[in-house]
Amino acid sequence: MTRTLRLDGVDRSFGDRQVLKNVSFEVAAGRMTGFVGANGAGKTTTMRIILGVLSADAGEVSWGGTALTRQDRRRFGYMPEERGLYPKMTTREQVAYLGRLHGLDAAAARRATDALLDRVGLGERGNDLLETLSLGNQQRAQIAAALVHDPEVLVLDEPFSGLDPLAVDTVVAVLRERASAGAPVLFSSHQLDVVERLCDDLVIIGDGEIRAAGSRQQLRDSYTVPRYELVVAGDAGWVRDHPGVTLVELDGPRVVFDLPAGGDEQPVLQAALDRGPVRAFSPVSPSLTEIFREVTQ
Amino acid sequence: MNVTQATRLVAEREIRVKLRDRTFLFGTLFFLLIAAAGTILPPLFAGSPDTVAVTQEAAGPLRDAGLDVRVVADDRAAEQAVRDGDVDAAVVAGPKVLAMDDSPTDVVQALSTSPPVQLLDPDAVNPVVAFLVPFVFAFVFFITSQTFGVQIAQSVIEEKQTRIVEILVAAVPVRALLAGKVVAGAILAFAQIALIAVVAVIGLQIGDSGGLLTLLAPAIGWFVPFFLLGFVLLAAMWAAAGALANRQEDIAAVSTPVQLAVMLPFFAVIFLNDNDTAMRVLSYVPFSSPTAMPLRLFTGNAAGWEPIVSLVILLVAAGAFLLAGARVYEGSLLRTNGRTSLLTAWRERETIG
Repeated sequence: MTRTLRLDGVDRSFGDRQVLKNVSFEVAAGRMTGFVGANGAGKTTTMRIILGVLSADAGEVSWGGTALTRQDRRRFGYMPEERGLYPKMTTREQVAYLGRLHGLDAAAARRATDALLDRVGLGERGNDLLETLSLGNQQRAQIAAALVHDPEVLVLDEPFSGLDPLAVDTVVAVLRERASAGAPVLFSSHQLDVVERLCDDLVIIGDGEIRAAGSRQQLRDSYTVPRYELVVAGDAGWVRDHPGVTLVELDGPRVVFDLPAGGDEQPVLQAALDRGPVRAFSPVSPSLTEIFREVTQ
Repeated sequence: MNVTQATRLVAEREIRVKLRDRTFLFGTLFFLLIAAAGTILPPLFAGSPDTVAVTQEAAGPLRDAGLDVRVVADDRAAEQAVRDGDVDAAVVAGPKVLAMDDSPTDVVQALSTSPPVQLLDPDAVNPVVAFLVPFVFAFVFFITSQTFGVQIAQSVIEEKQTRIVEILVAAVPVRALLAGKVVAGAILAFAQIALIAVVAVIGLQIGDSGGLLTLLAPAIGWFVPFFLLGFVLLAAMWAAAGALANRQEDIAAVSTPVQLAVMLPFFAVIFLNDNDTAMRVLSYVPFSSPTAMPLRLFTGNAAGWEPIVSLVILLVAAGAFLLAGARVYEGSLLRTNGRTSLLTAWRERETIG
């Protein structure tokens, strides 16, 4: 399956406030795409538009090259930001019900529910009313609810918020499984370290505009000034006086510095070797947090 | 999967959940007991025929009149039997009727000759029944649309409050959610009434009031379609009201217009049921026609075409309210920050399809 989920020029306003401005990006099949942005940047609105829960004022969402239909969306798996299931129904019953609403027949829904509840570790609590489960287990039930119909595309709004570490591992494993089976997976998070660890591709949104999109490595390459770390045998204080260098951090023999865009790092290395032994010299990859600060400021 | 299948799934869930709800089950049981008690007990309390003490010669005509006759030796023994409370009355020479403190009508009638009576309007209804039947119709419609209406609104709010609505809306069209709830409510309400009706009919047979049944049958026959359409009309309003609220606590505030739409026709039919002009008007107004029209048919005041016209008006109104209700429902279902105003809900059509 090589199908791609695409947003093209999506606009959306609530009253006078435009919350999405010409939003375009792609979620490639088989890849985990992290969707990051500050609170109120437009992540949830974008995801609701993908799922058809909200309509776009302009623009289009397409899947495999054609505009999304309700039939397509029924094969999507969606975990909304605000969680909730029926408190007075058993987990098994409502997961199966959601499976049926997504088009499974009764027998298939029952089979899928049993398998998923076991997978997320709720097999034995399946016949308990949802309201009697612990919060962590309710989150697991929510995951089962999003996956019961074996969705072709996954759209998850903050899937890791409020999860205990064990549940995070379960969700990560399940999402990776879906991605490697060829499904595009879009997930939002404001925990940048989690996104950094998980995503293949990244979409950064700020104030309703896409600020950056691409693979994690591409973004690293293109969104930062060249930064290097140098460790020498003696004191590295002299680096501060080297032409073109902006000092970031200095700690005895260790120094981190930036060069202007396109600047050549070799003269600095040469100067260090001229002064004595060099223990380490390497480019420093910016963290996602740094990229995020840079593109959203 | 199309809207019809989605509607069916939604309705199935609503019914399944309701059938496990203890309050609902006990409520139904309570109504069944009332129906049984109300039909079986009154004839029992009506009591046995009067007992009358009389000498052998005079016993014949009283026996023929169905009275409980005690033959005594003479008039003195008859009088003593009355004084002792063994019998309700005695007939002594004269003939004269003896009783303690209450003139025994049945005994007097048995001894009198009545002039022949010719009824010019033989269908005219016993005034007690004429008073009770409107009350029962209005009450059944009122109670049922009220209880099931509130339940529809509660179910809408539950989905909003727990936020599951977002998953539902992503999977099925909003109008399937609305339709499923209305259908489930109608089925449950109708089943409950049918069950009560069956018990009442059996009760009437046991209590030997079968004649009333023949009299009521046509009115009940018309009550069914009127009830169903009237219920759909109100159910659409209840669902929309529920969607405007955000928490169960808000339900009273948002449902005031719906409450009035149920309450006012109820009292109008109860209090104006002997006013011909008022009833004629009420029998065409969609909110009161479900009770007023079957009533006019029962009292024989409506021409054959009238219920059909009224039913068509109700059908159109129910359709219009369903569409309007669906629009308000769509416009407010995803607004989970506090109560939504009717106007905002009407303007905002959020979801696609």
